[in-house]
Amino acid sequence: MKKIATGNKAVAEAVLQAKPAVVAAYPITPQTEIVESIADYVTGGQLASCYIPVESEHSAMAACIGASITGVRTFTATSSHGLLYMHEMTNWAAGARLPIVMANVNRALGPGWNIWAEHTDALQERDTGWLQVYAATVQEAYDTVLMAFRIAEHNDVLLPVMVNLDGFSLSHIMQSLDTVEPGDFIPQIRLPHAIDPKNPAGYGPLTGPADYFRFRWDIERSMRDSANVIRDTQEDFAKRFGRNYGFTEEYRCEDADVVVVALGTLGKEAEVAIDNLRKEGIKAGSMRLRWFRPFPKLDLAGKEVVVIDRDYSFGFGGVIANAIMAKNRAEVFSVIAGIGGQEVTYDDIADFVRHRRIGEESWFGVNDHV
Amino acid sequence: MRCQNDLYTQDRDLFSRSRYWLLQELDTIAEIPKEEYILKCTSACAGCSSSLSLRYVFKAAGPDTVLVVPACCTSVIQGIYPDTAMNVPVYNIAFAAAAACASGMSNAFRAAGKKTNVIVYAGDGGTLDIGIQSLSGAFERGTDFLYICYDNEAYGNTGMQRSGATPLGARTTTTPTGKTDDKKDIDAIVAAHHPPYQATACSAYPQDILRKVEKALTFRGPTFIHILAPCPPGWRYPTEKTVEMGRLAVKSGMWVLYEREYGKLIISGPSKAAMRKPIPLEDYLGPQGRFKGIDAKTVGILKQRIADNLKRLAAEEAGA
Repeated sequence: MKKIATGNKAVAEAVLQAKPAVVAAYPITPQTEIVESIADYVTGGQLASCYIPVESEHSAMAACIGASITGVRTFTATSSHGLLYMHEMTNWAAGARLPIVMANVNRALGPGWNIWAEHTDALQERDTGWLQVYAATVQEAYDTVLMAFRIAEHNDVLLPVMVNLDGFSLSHIMQSLDTVEPGDFIPQIRLPHAIDPKNPAGYGPLTGPADYFRFRWDIERSMRDSANVIRDTQEDFAKRFGRNYGFTEEYRCEDADVVVVALGTLGKEAEVAIDNLRKEGIKAGSMRLRWFRPFPKLDLAGKEVVVIDRDYSFGFGGVIANAIMAKNRAEVFSVIAGIGGQEVTYDDIADFVRHRRIGEESWFGVNDHV
Repeated sequence: MRCQNDLYTQDRDLFSRSRYWLLQELDTIAEIPKEEYILKCTSACAGCSSSLSLRYVFKAAGPDTVLVVPACCTSVIQGIYPDTAMNVPVYNIAFAAAAACASGMSNAFRAAGKKTNVIVYAGDGGTLDIGIQSLSGAFERGTDFLYICYDNEAYGNTGMQRSGATPLGARTTTTPTGKTDDKKDIDAIVAAHHPPYQATACSAYPQDILRKVEKALTFRGPTFIHILAPCPPGWRYPTEKTVEMGRLAVKSGMWVLYEREYGKLIISGPSKAAMRKPIPLEDYLGPQGRFKGIDAKTVGILKQRIADNLKRLAAEEAGA
């Protein structure tokens, strides 16, 4: 069904169709519209879920954990400080192998208070064992949430999935949205280790180094296996609903000499820059990274790479730029841009490409020659 | 929005009144269920009264129960993977998160039409200090669960550091000359949430624990039981004195057994007797190493606190 919706509303619509049994959430700008919409669906009888209005994000994730281990589908949404406040529990959710799906609306971290888009919040969750995917359009946010439930709950994965969307520049913009009837695209959840009082077991007790280490390896193995599940799920989604998604979204990359890599809405903005650069005779392409965990192998051989990081790891560099350098042995021009909601236009992105200095780093508009 | 329990109700069918009176009147020969849910392989300290209390919690709750345990002594007592001493499912969760985790679990069970008991078994640090926010949230939301705080009046699992539950004058590893602050009144804080049922108990009175847990589980709403659990290594008394220490706490009035049902207070039998004629507080403090060297002024303050507390409870029970 065609309609107009914000990114937040699109996430809520996908949750409405995935029918989680329990949603536990706490409000935070710019995510709040998601949980308000879900609360509306539940109150209005459209969604037969239990909505738990918890008193903090730490408790939101703890409540999702408690619900999920009974074997039911769970969802929550957060942003920024909320995500960091639940950090202890995001680790617990992954370690406990619970397929919780969470929407995170990317926002900068205080101080000072800043509610605008930045990816540092989610990237600080990098090592928790969560799968991470970044949407760039309202439609993609909707489609990705539907796929996230199927991927998380697949018994080769059984890890939580975080669906990211940029604060305001995606969460609050209006675009067209085509909703679907997912039907059996998301199978019924079957959690193999669900709590059963008839078969009592201890969950997460004291664990010695040998077993603990093996459990960590199990997470890594599932994270690797999840790549196949993601591929199958995206292919099946395309077959059923006609929209194609990959680990990346490539735009005019085939013959490109220089490729722009970015997450989220900046990655989409880059496509306009590419068209303009092509008109000038610069053979540029865009490779928007959708999945950050598991981190995909990118086909960048023989190309110059300009990475736009809407994040920074102090004393190290842009998280994405360094991930690409480490995983692809690529030489990149690392641009730190869009921090705290800084405006970055397609003209700016074209400039990053025109004036690229491979091997260097630039803080756009702050210190362009680091 | 409340997912369940628009009004707190009570399943009378789960709880026979005759059994209630039997257990209340007969302190020594109650019908205690023979089933054991703690197997004989815990890693509890000798003389541990929290595992003793838990034994009766399980007997009262029966097999259709999930125990939610934050970081506390019970995290250790249950044993090391792949073994467990617990014969009901135990869900271990992070320190601050027990009540929130139980909240999600209870809502999920109820949404699936299951009556499975969800019981939090948390220490005093996990209840009065780091866990108080999630405890308050879960009670405010009317979660259908039983929260039990077993209170050994310090962070026992990490080697006896002071907690909000440590009494005035007690030495811990972080109050080496004795605590200079009063014990936090968690029961008053819980009472401010108006749960349908809350009670205090003590490991030295297992029939009382059994009866109160059975009763708490008949309510469809948040219930709370605060169990005093003397700790031989922490309180520094010989292991064989663990029951005696609990009885001295009650007899001296330092610990008062009561229950509050829909706001109505009833002081339990053993404390009724103690309120008429309490033993000297020194009889309780003397055998414990943690009170060694306590000065007369602090003992005087403790005595005044006891007198004030007993007076307050007696007045509440009388409806004054």
